[in-house]
Amino acid sequence: MTLAARRAATAYAFLGIPLLFFVGVRLGPMLYMIAMSFTDWGLLRKTLHVVGIANYEAILADPVFLKSLLNTAKYAVFGAPAVIVLSLGIAILLDRLPRGKGVYRLIYVLPYITPLVAVAWVWRWMFQSPPLGIINAAFVSVGLRAHEFLNSPTQALPSILAVNVWVELGYCTIVFLAGMQTIPSSITEAARIDGASGRQLLRWITLPLLRPVIILLAVLEGIQFLRIFTQVYNMSFQALGGPLDSTKSAALYIYQKAFTNFDMGVAASASLVLFVIILAVTLVQLKLFDRKLTY
Amino acid sequence: MKGRTPAAAPAYIVLTLLSVIMLFPFLWMLLSSFKDATQIYEMTLFPANPTMDNFVSLFLSRSSRFPQWFLNSAIVGVATTVSVLFFDSLIGYVLAKFRFPGRRIIFLLIISTLMIPTEMLVIPWYALARALKWVNSYWGIMFPGMISAFGVFLMRQFMGTMPDDLIDAARVDGKGELRIFFAVVLPLAAPALAILAIFNFIGNWNAFLWPLIAVAKPRMFTIPVGLANFSGEAGSNWQAIMTGATVSMLPLVVVFLVFQKQIVKGIAMTGLKG
Amino acid sequence: MKRTRIGISLCMALFLGGAIAGQAADVTITYWQYFYQSKVDLMNDLIQQFEARNPGIKVEQVTFPYESYQQKVAAAVPAGEGPDVINLYYGWLPLWVKSGYIQALPDFNFSSRYLAKTFYPFVAQSVSFGGKNYSVPTAVRTLALIYNKKLFRDAGLDPNAPPRTLDELLTDARRLSKYDTQGNLVQAGLLMQPSGQGHVWIREVLFRQFGATPYSADGRTVTYNSQAGIQAFQWYTDRITKDKVGYPNFSTDDPTAFTAQKAAMNIDGSFRIATLNAVKNLEWGAAELPTYKGIKSNFASFWTNAIVNGVTGAKLDAAVKFLTFLTSPEVQEQWLQKVGELPATPSLSDKFKNDPVISVFLKGLAYAHATSYVDEAGQRAILDDAVDEVNLKKADPAAVLKAAAVKEQKLIDDFWK
Repeated sequence: MTLAARRAATAYAFLGIPLLFFVGVRLGPMLYMIAMSFTDWGLLRKTLHVVGIANYEAILADPVFLKSLLNTAKYAVFGAPAVIVLSLGIAILLDRLPRGKGVYRLIYVLPYITPLVAVAWVWRWMFQSPPLGIINAAFVSVGLRAHEFLNSPTQALPSILAVNVWVELGYCTIVFLAGMQTIPSSITEAARIDGASGRQLLRWITLPLLRPVIILLAVLEGIQFLRIFTQVYNMSFQALGGPLDSTKSAALYIYQKAFTNFDMGVAASASLVLFVIILAVTLVQLKLFDRKLTY
Repeated sequence: MKGRTPAAAPAYIVLTLLSVIMLFPFLWMLLSSFKDATQIYEMTLFPANPTMDNFVSLFLSRSSRFPQWFLNSAIVGVATTVSVLFFDSLIGYVLAKFRFPGRRIIFLLIISTLMIPTEMLVIPWYALARALKWVNSYWGIMFPGMISAFGVFLMRQFMGTMPDDLIDAARVDGKGELRIFFAVVLPLAAPALAILAIFNFIGNWNAFLWPLIAVAKPRMFTIPVGLANFSGEAGSNWQAIMTGATVSMLPLVVVFLVFQKQIVKGIAMTGLKG
Repeated sequence: MKRTRIGISLCMALFLGGAIAGQAADVTITYWQYFYQSKVDLMNDLIQQFEARNPGIKVEQVTFPYESYQQKVAAAVPAGEGPDVINLYYGWLPLWVKSGYIQALPDFNFSSRYLAKTFYPFVAQSVSFGGKNYSVPTAVRTLALIYNKKLFRDAGLDPNAPPRTLDELLTDARRLSKYDTQGNLVQAGLLMQPSGQGHVWIREVLFRQFGATPYSADGRTVTYNSQAGIQAFQWYTDRITKDKVGYPNFSTDDPTAFTAQKAAMNIDGSFRIATLNAVKNLEWGAAELPTYKGIKSNFASFWTNAIVNGVTGAKLDAAVKFLTFLTSPEVQEQWLQKVGELPATPSLSDKFKNDPVISVFLKGLAYAHATSYVDEAGQRAILDDAVDEVNLKKADPAAVLKAAAVKEQKLIDDFWK
């Protein structure tokens, strides 16, 4: 055997189990789901029939599914930009600090490494209506009116969204900071010597150079918000995505169809729709922002 | 010298105010765990009579399963981390340092699995676990997390930058490939391994959706699933929830403080290309 | 000599064989119930008592959180991973019988005549399908008006004179409600939680008191969509929207609100007795559900035990023995003492006629109805959402109730298809 052949054999030997893993745990199941979405697979049924696109028709006619898609869109459309803008702002401010960057960085990243379930329950506790909620207690004490937050069909989704923004802030801030540190100081120095103000520096140097980071975070955070599940489960009454389905995300809908109603076929079709949406949004974002930067 | 660096003072003010928003929920959570069943419903920040009752009942009461949940989370976290460290670095090493046909395709295949959301996979995983009788077992919770595509990406990037000379020297010495991997490659990859280990452990400790589905018996819950169960038909046991949440954070806070540098570096690495 | 030796050897062989066979005859059966602290603790005790009396039978108890109980069963039983004896809410019986999860009880031990003689009428009716009986309960539960005596005193009301009619309930609730400077409710006069017992209060009590019947006799037609039904529903929602004496999810949920002493009154079930007694500094009492126009009504329900389909032979015998034990008078009495649920056998209640709390619930049993659910969770959600629509979206109660009736009828029709 030649050296190259022996190398290849070793490589494949080492990769054997991992490849089996990825096919068996990731790719295979996905194909299985695609196939099952065309059947009436259900844990309460003893037989299996192919039903064509009946599941897709069913979910597209289901007002609850459509509502969950709308909610998911709201989470992503408002959440991702909010996180990016806020964390960029924080990173810019942090960058100015001569001292103490490290401490602030650590404080901001704390929510990100905490179990999401714990975070969700603490915020749910803080959002409570009088007489139990601390946020409302603070509002009332300064004369603002109390809010229903998680009990209101209009305020619940923004409340959960805000919590997710709070969680993701630290992560994005650190990524931005790291990105800013790769900007060669020679460029910023040159600009300053030329008399550029802070704002001009930001607009013409920093932001354009941070563009790849912004795009990356836009994609990552977009996906994050589109998949939102744990907070919705733990911050809505009896994990139903209420009140009146106003917080139900697509992921929660899929979970309920699969593990409350045991309608696996329908759940499969819904999850495929979600997957296609995530894929489409990601590709569109990459295409849209993919312009070469030259200077 | 024309042009000025922006003043730092306003930045400090804004950032400190923001820190309050970031930290307050944790403070509230911590303080609430020292309030007993009556005090928890009073609207004061600090408990009037702080008590360790909640911790005692969480850990020492005969009917509390919390210690078991803690153990489960620890076992799952450690086992998956060890597996990920081994496999991801091995795959990363092979993909970075070996030349063989199909190398590109395999890498792309593995990376493409990152696009598949877990929410989609939990259903077939559940069917698989049921069929193979893995439900309600540690393996059932762990199996999807034994190898991480993201870790493969990370390790491949890192190993790509590793110099070949030590490896080549070992090969010339006639050492076996696996031996080279353990003796030469892994030690060199230590910094990346540290980051991978930390993130993997944190991710597993905090995981919710799959453990929720994979285990039905309360004895086998992980902490996040257990926490979610403190509210139910019998009402919501807020003091237990807050105490459980506080305790669930402790190991992570320790990991966090000890490995701050690696955590920050790891996050930064994910954001920048190699 | 030789014959004696052979004889002795034979005897020893038989003896040893019998002993070994006896060992092998150790049957283990699994029992599932949902997790409720007092029930689990008592069940552990009961299992020890049962095993002591039935050497050779071992019982293993497994519990699941209430929220996911039905899902876990639905996943495990068809896969053959279920228990031998199982505890279930009576409202799930139609679905479980239809799906083939549980088997009919042996007529020898649990004949219809035996059931009619031993248990309340609504029990005997609810466990029978197609002429066969599928399940027997240890305990039953009804509703009562529970109230916080200290809060009554604070409001200047007599803690020993709780409201007896709906009008008195309303007056007292108004007096017991407290608001902060902005008008936010900080103490609920009457908790309004449809997802708790509120929906059954509406379903079997309020509807009937206003003159409507909720369902047809066979349970297959929804009949509360009438003028009377609308009035009853509106009476409930008006307390939330007009009087603001309570609202859904006040203080997280109604048990939390009541134990935190942020609420003066609640309509709750007898299963709450033990839990409330365990709360420190809570002085509470129970009263019969308020009447309206002189009409009394109550909702009775029960958790019941059944044998899983596919259990045969020695395990089936053991399961039957265990079921008989679980529904025996002595167990029912222990259940009442330790859990607070009422005995399923009417005659056993006589001993407790004088207990101030238990007697109240017992009286309710005499005029209680049990809804014939097909999908308890689904039907509960329909009424729950209906109240939310009126409360959160300011919808018209009449229109909302009509829509709910249609939804529920479809649910029921789909089941019996």
